[in-house]
Order: sequence, then structure tokens, then C-alpha cells
Amino acid sequence: MSDVSVKLSDAAIRRRQLSEFWFYFSRNKGAVVGLVIFLLMVLTALFADWIAPHNPTVQFRDALLVPPAWQEGGRPEFLLGTDPVGRDILSRLIKGSQYSLFIGIVVVSIALVGGVIIGLVAGFFGGWIDALIMRIMDVILAFPSLLLALVLVAVLGPGLTNAMIAIAIVYQPHFARLTRAAVMAEQRREYVSAARVAGAGNMRLMFLTILPNCVAPLIVQATLSFSSAVLDAAALGFLGMGAQPPAPEWGTMLAEAREFISRAWWVATFPGLAILIAVLAINLMGDGLRDALDPKLKRS
Amino acid sequence: MFRFILSRLLYLVPTFIGITIIAFSFPRFLEGDPVLLMAGERGVSPERHAELSAQLGYDQPLVVQYFDFLGRLLHGDLGTSLVTKKPVLAEFLSLFPATVELGLVAILLAVLLGVPIGVIAAIKRGSWFDQLSMTGALVGFSMPIFWWGLLLIIFFSGYLGWTPVSGRISLMYFFPNVTGFMLIDSLISGQDGAFVSALRHLILPSIVLATIPLAVIARQTRSAMLEVMSEDYVRTARAKGMPRRRVIGVHALRNALIPVVTTIGLQIGVLLAGAILTETIFSWPGIGKWMIDSISRRDYPVVQSGLLLIAGVVMVVNLLVDLTYGLINPRIRHR
Repeated sequence: MSDVSVKLSDAAIRRRQLSEFWFYFSRNKGAVVGLVIFLLMVLTALFADWIAPHNPTVQFRDALLVPPAWQEGGRPEFLLGTDPVGRDILSRLIKGSQYSLFIGIVVVSIALVGGVIIGLVAGFFGGWIDALIMRIMDVILAFPSLLLALVLVAVLGPGLTNAMIAIAIVYQPHFARLTRAAVMAEQRREYVSAARVAGAGNMRLMFLTILPNCVAPLIVQATLSFSSAVLDAAALGFLGMGAQPPAPEWGTMLAEAREFISRAWWVATFPGLAILIAVLAINLMGDGLRDALDPKLKRS
Repeated sequence: MFRFILSRLLYLVPTFIGITIIAFSFPRFLEGDPVLLMAGERGVSPERHAELSAQLGYDQPLVVQYFDFLGRLLHGDLGTSLVTKKPVLAEFLSLFPATVELGLVAILLAVLLGVPIGVIAAIKRGSWFDQLSMTGALVGFSMPIFWWGLLLIIFFSGYLGWTPVSGRISLMYFFPNVTGFMLIDSLISGQDGAFVSALRHLILPSIVLATIPLAVIARQTRSAMLEVMSEDYVRTARAKGMPRRRVIGVHALRNALIPVVTTIGLQIGVLLAGAILTETIFSWPGIGKWMIDSISRRDYPVVQSGLLLIAGVVMVVNLLVDLTYGLINPRIRHR
């Protein structure tokens, strides 16, 4: 009987936490707008093959560099125009949303998991292990992130997979530092001592007792990293080191469009606009998450 | 203060060693034999291969190679470029001023605009100015700057024809390289229009490079000001009838600037990463473009030493920021 009531109150607490979170999150109108745009982007990516009016890789030889539909010379079947080899830009942008979401998810997952484990170990064990790990993190942070990613890609070979791995490696110290700081603060709390006295092993202490209480800053950092990952992957694509043509990755599309910018503004404008909107939406969401999850800012 | 400086310097030693290890190992992670890579497509005879290996020290144990690398590094020998056959350090030094000039103008632009925008937005919290500038800051913060650069070129260079598309100065002008800074050198040369030409070449790249730091600084200044303005001493200053201008300018801004200085320092890494993209778009002959070109030309000695030099620059700048911080905020020093 008592068991049931405990479970119920747990669920109730969770519901309350969620509604409190939504209360603070939804007070930030920008965050809600960001969330809506982000969800639209997710839907676009999921249903890209159905939404896209054309196949993103098919070249319409009779329609090279057709301007957007509303401009003189535009054609209604190519709403945002076509690129130099006659591919429909709108379809490529729609397909490209899959790349950006995929990049964000993969990069953040690798950086988050790696960084959290490293940070947990450093913060939990302290001493020379901590010193060694944090110095290694300092070294990674000493390089401008894009440069280090570029050099890593040069070592691993250009391509989307390697670009994602490189970006994840470069981002991972941020998660490690955050986790370490949170662990060090939490470790002195009584509930941790209580769990230890009750006989909890190191693994249990690290992952089940301490980690759940360090989640808030990690979520905020994960959101910020998601948007930076989209940006950096696009930058690598632009520099020819990320996704390779003919992949409709937005940065790669921009790189291909570069030499045509003086003749056809649309080939360079729309892919960049897509990157900007995606990154902006995620950043708006990140601002809202920080407001909702950071108790220090909540009071002000 | 001396102890503070010393402790900061000691703190850098392990980081520096780590950086050298990364730079040292970089060519060794590349697929294939480094000697064959350097020899290029023509290949190399087995005797010549052994000779080159010995000359480059690749026949030694890794530890010996590393200390050899360190030794040469400390003597200022950073290897020679495979493409230009010039010493890497000399190339770096000849290109670095271009990046510094661009970076300085950009950071100046970012601070001179960002701090006032942040202060005004904080004072007029909730006003249309606040909302507009903070929306703008978020857009700037989210901007893919390589696209932003292209847009500016399309509009200002292509459509309006106001600014040049690439380079540091018009080819019409030629004058000796005194400081390496085009703005100063063109003034010294006394040639008509040279300075204006240099300035016109600098406008778009510096706007592009300044965009993200400007957004970050404006946001940071605003939130720091808001935090400080709710402090007791600001209320006291107001309560005793001090003019608003003085309260904001002297009491609030001065304290709000401490975190802003840190933010500005942290932008150096952002600037150098941004310089890679900005210099590529505008064909600006600085170290960012140099690194990109070297990576695509597989000029590995340049990539290796360039990596080391850039990380070194970031490290030194961070040290200077740390020291400045200690100077402004005595609490840090005595921790």
C-alpha cells in the first residue's frame, strides 16, 4: 500500500517539475518560437522524401540557374530556383535538414557521453587523475575549435563522419569541465555521504547518485553545442572538409554556389538562410532552457 | 602580484607541453610514410628514402624524435614549407600582421559598439531598443559568418560596388612593408589614396569577423549591467541623490566591465577561428587562409608548426587577459 503511494507522489513530483519547467520556459516567448521552428525542422527532416517537390540530386538540364518563382524568368515548379547544374534548391534544402539534425544529434551525443564520463571520473576521484585529465582538456581548449577540427579532418580524411568526430572531440572538454564542476559541488552534499555509508559502490555513486543532480547545466550546454555543431559542420562543408558534393548539406551547397554569387544571388542566399534559421531557433530554445533550468537566473 | 604572475606561468607549462605533443604527433597520425608524403607523387629511391629518414630523424625512437623536435622548437626552427621551401616561422611572421590588423579592427568594432549597446539595453530594459538590439545580438550570435561575408559581397561589392571583393589593398599601390599593418604603412608611404584603399579593403572583412564577438559582448554587457544595477551599492548611490549618469557610468559600469573583459579575452579564440573563414572568403593574406591553403596542399610542416604557433598565440593572449583580470579585480589575485 505504502509502496503505491510513494510511486504516485514520485509521478506527481515529476509532473509538477515539468509544469514548473514549462511555466518558466513558456514565459520566454522567443524560446517558444524557437521550439516551434525546431519541431517544424524535425518534421521536415522526418518527412523530407515526401515533402520535397523534386529529387534533390536530379539535374534538370533544361533549367540551369533558374531564379526563384516570383522573379522574372522564374518557374513555378522551382519555388526557390535551381542551382548551376539544374537541381531544385528547395528540395535540396529540405533534404539538407536531415544532415543538420543528424550532425547535431551525433556530435552532441558523442561529446556529451565522452565529456560526462571524463568529467565524472575527474571530479569523483580527484587527485592526479583529475589533474591529468583537466590538463588534457586545457590543451584541447587552447586551439581555436574550428582549426583543431580542420586539422583532425586533415588527419582522418575529409567527409561528414570524420567532420562529426572531429567536432565532437573539440566540444567534449566543455562537457567534461561542466560535469567535473557539478560533481565536485555535489560530492560534498550529505546525500552522497549517506549513499556511500549505505554501501553504494563507486559506479553507483557516480552514475546513479550524483549524475542525475548535475543534469541541468548539461542540458543547456548540449543545446548550445547542438547549434554550434550545425554551424561548424556547415563551415567545414563550406571549406570542402565536411560533407562532400553532391550531398545537399547546407554548408557544402554554399561552397558549390560560391563562384555563382555574382550571377545568381539565390544559390548562395537560401542555404545560408536555412543555416541561420536552424541555428537561431536552437539558440532561442537554449536561452529559454537556461532561464527555466538555472535557479540563479530564475529568481531575478 | 609577482606570485600571481608566476603561478599563472607555471600553470601554462603542462598545457604548452601538451600542445607540442599534439603538434609533434600530427604528421605521425597521417596515413602512410611521412617521407613518401613529402616526396610527393614522383616517389623516391630506397637509398634516398633511408637518407631522408635519417636526415629527418624518423629512424630514431619516438621519444628521441620528440625531444629533438622540442630542441629545434626552442631554437626557433619550425621546419620549412614543402611548397614554398621557406622557413615556416618566416612565413608565419610575414602573414601574422595581416591577421592581427584584421582582428584588432574587428575587436575594436565589437567593443566600441557592443559595450554601449549592452549598457543602453540594460538601462532601458524592456524597451524597443532592448528588444531590437538583443534580437539582433542573437541573430548575430547564430550567424554563419561565411554566408554573411558572401551576402555582404553580393550587396556592397556586387550590387552597389562600394567595396572591393578581396585582398588588403588595391594593386595600384606599392610601398615598403614597415610595420606589416597596411593602415599604418599606407599612411607612412604618403601615397595619395593608399590609406583610403586599405581602409576600404578592411571594411567588409572586419564587419564579418566582428559579428559574433559583437553579439556576445553586447549580451554579456547587458546581463552584467542588469546584475550590477540591482546591487546594494548602486541603490545606495542612487538613494543619496547621485546623478543617474554618474551612478551608471562610475558605479555600475565599472563593476559590470569585469566579466566583460573576460568575455573579450575569450573572443580571441573565436576571432582566430573566424579569421580562417573570413580570410578565405575575402582572400585576406593572413594566417587563417595560410592554414587552410596548407591543409588543402598537404603542406604538413606548415600545418604542424602553424598549429603550434596559433595555439601559442592563444595561450599568451589568455595569459595576458588573466593578468589584466588580476589587475582590475584584486580578489582574483589573492585567491
